[in-house]
Amino acid sequence: MSGTPFDSSVFPLRHLLGIEGLSPLDISFLLDRADEYVELNRSVGGKLDTLAGRTVINLFFESSTRTRTSFELAGKRLGSDVINMSVSTSSIKKGETLIDTAMTLNAMHPDVLVVRHSSSGAVKLLSEKVNCAVINAGDGSHEHPTQALLDALTIRRRKGRLDGMQVAICGDILHSRVARSNIHLLNTMGARVRLIAPKTLLPAEAERLGVEVFHDMKAGLKDCDIVMMLRLQTERMTSNFFPSMREYYHFFGLDYAKLEAAKPDALIMHPGPMNRGVEIASDVADDIGRSAIREQVEMGVAVRMACLEVLTLNLEREDVA
Amino acid sequence: MIQKLPPAYGSVAYVNARLLDPASGLDAMGGVLTEGEFIIDAAADLFATGVPEDAAIIDCEGKCLAPGLVDMRIQISGRDFENVGASAVAGGVTTAVCLPSTTPIIDDRAVVEFVARAARKAGLVKVYPYGALTKGLEGAELAEMALLAESGAVAFTDGTKAVKNTRTMARALSYAATFGLMLVQHPEEPTLAEDGVMNEGETATRLGLVGIPKEAELIIIERDLRLAEMTGGRLHFAHVSTAESLDLIRAAKDRGLTVTCDTAPPYFALNEAAVGDYRTFAKLSPPLRSEADREAIIGGLKDGTIDAIASDHAPKSEDMKRLPFADAADGGLGMETLLAITLELVHNGHLTLLEAVGLLTQHPAELLGLPAGCLKAGAAADFIVFDPDSGWKVSADTLHSKAKNTPFDGRPVQGRVLKTVIDGRLVFAVDA
Repeated sequence: MSGTPFDSSVFPLRHLLGIEGLSPLDISFLLDRADEYVELNRSVGGKLDTLAGRTVINLFFESSTRTRTSFELAGKRLGSDVINMSVSTSSIKKGETLIDTAMTLNAMHPDVLVVRHSSSGAVKLLSEKVNCAVINAGDGSHEHPTQALLDALTIRRRKGRLDGMQVAICGDILHSRVARSNIHLLNTMGARVRLIAPKTLLPAEAERLGVEVFHDMKAGLKDCDIVMMLRLQTERMTSNFFPSMREYYHFFGLDYAKLEAAKPDALIMHPGPMNRGVEIASDVADDIGRSAIREQVEMGVAVRMACLEVLTLNLEREDVA
Repeated sequence: MIQKLPPAYGSVAYVNARLLDPASGLDAMGGVLTEGEFIIDAAADLFATGVPEDAAIIDCEGKCLAPGLVDMRIQISGRDFENVGASAVAGGVTTAVCLPSTTPIIDDRAVVEFVARAARKAGLVKVYPYGALTKGLEGAELAEMALLAESGAVAFTDGTKAVKNTRTMARALSYAATFGLMLVQHPEEPTLAEDGVMNEGETATRLGLVGIPKEAELIIIERDLRLAEMTGGRLHFAHVSTAESLDLIRAAKDRGLTVTCDTAPPYFALNEAAVGDYRTFAKLSPPLRSEADREAIIGGLKDGTIDAIASDHAPKSEDMKRLPFADAADGGLGMETLLAITLELVHNGHLTLLEAVGLLTQHPAELLGLPAGCLKAGAAADFIVFDPDSGWKVSADTLHSKAKNTPFDGRPVQGRVLKTVIDGRLVFAVDA
């Protein structure tokens, strides 16, 4: 069984390294494709042979459970062979090993490399050394394109559109690749983006990315359709971005009191894994009526199926860049 | 001399006073009417048609009536709030802001509340706390500034220590700016000032003492001005003491930076010569500087570069001062001489009386957002009656403080606090 055929001239890219630079058409194309897979994934034994005989390698230089599993499932549902490689970066010289690893894997002729790395730009560097397609599964604080796509799919299915949506992205923007990819995607699709964070967790000149910046949750959440919470990435923090978890939660943790400022039907999202009681109150996270957090995970598999499929089929094309 | 009275009730008319209210620019003969704890009115022609029948009358005999002094920096040794209150009201200070170096250190919400309670219990001066900028004043981890502010901390500082780590200071300014909070820096680069005990220069050389170069102050001011500009943080420099410090701050203000500073009486009334024969009462932090610096500080007060005058009140016991100069504690008493030393600038023609009072009342209150420092209707009845011309001689032995370490011991001064009123209560009076 194959998926619905599509006009592959729409997405003329060899790799998916980031959202920045994608056109509204590229994004809609991937979302439409993913949307079709949502129903398939919900059916018992739903599996395709679109990528039968193809090989996907998950190359994770940074630990991950949910993203790696999501890509693995996506690859398998399309009938491809999926191999997981976890590479510890702690004991080896990173630059040298990254390129060596890329060359070694390239010699094995995989079709798609799904790569996560703790250094911004590392996935692009690797993509320049291989013949296969590369999907960025998160590079440092730079981009995490499939996360932004799955967030967009979640919003589109719940709200019917992305255009005109008022979206607040809250918390540790500074270290967040999820935030950067979402800012690019939402801006490209005509949504209006606000960032809410203490000044210490905002990158310099953030407003130049085409967003509104707030330092107060209630002011920033006012009349928002979507509230995206980010995980506090304590593992990337050196020190002194804020005094304590207690103070952070008091001023920037999402609870019902702060949520009151948003629209009554505002959707709550979180890329996971959550720090309950740090960036989000447990009862808010578990609110069945308003939280789309579990749905985001479901959309993740569908989005990754679309990406794997499109990039694999693009390998045969002459016109991809 | 200190009178503790029950809560104020009824009306009191303070008549025949020269009213000085810098906030409204008022300098005229008139009166003040209070009701209980509050000012009902303060105006030039207030009692033109007579005093209300039920009001008690206090005749100010033509002396000055001004808002109670707002002292934006004092140290409380340990938890001695009683002693601080006695010094404060004798000096005409009705509102004081204490550094976080109390025991325990003000780096936790509970301590903010403890300080407020202890000060209320002592019942004299109104004490507001600074919160610690870093936990334990150790310069490493940020204190919970936003929570401390919610509990009542008015601004944040590591007290008599500068934040040494540049990135920590940058993050602190940036974080504080998130909530619109002000940071107060003690501008002294600690590694350059290490082991120093007085101003670097000829006097230190002759006395064989290790100097603290003025550059220690300039380096932190230059660094922090850059950081304030980078982060948008609100920054205040405590007790600036050198001529070039003022050049830097003046230039920063000229290019639109919201930076402020204060100084303390020793820096415009004394110079390094006061150390003389190893007088430890003249060992202060920052150290007393050169005569040219002292003159420049007066210039800064005249042209508005310096926003306020604080006492830097720092009681130190005899055990801590009666030591070889290098081993003695630094710091001097300040509250009881704050008004008289500041009035020297008026008597010498540098400032008007209203300007001098403004630097001690309205300006510090506005800097820190305190409900104090003015004589308007509805405000707390916190004011002083003083005689700007009455002469006296500062004598360590007759000060109200338990500690006696005044750098002004033996100095003849002009200007005496006659009455101090807080929340409508007469808490200090000298017999005429």
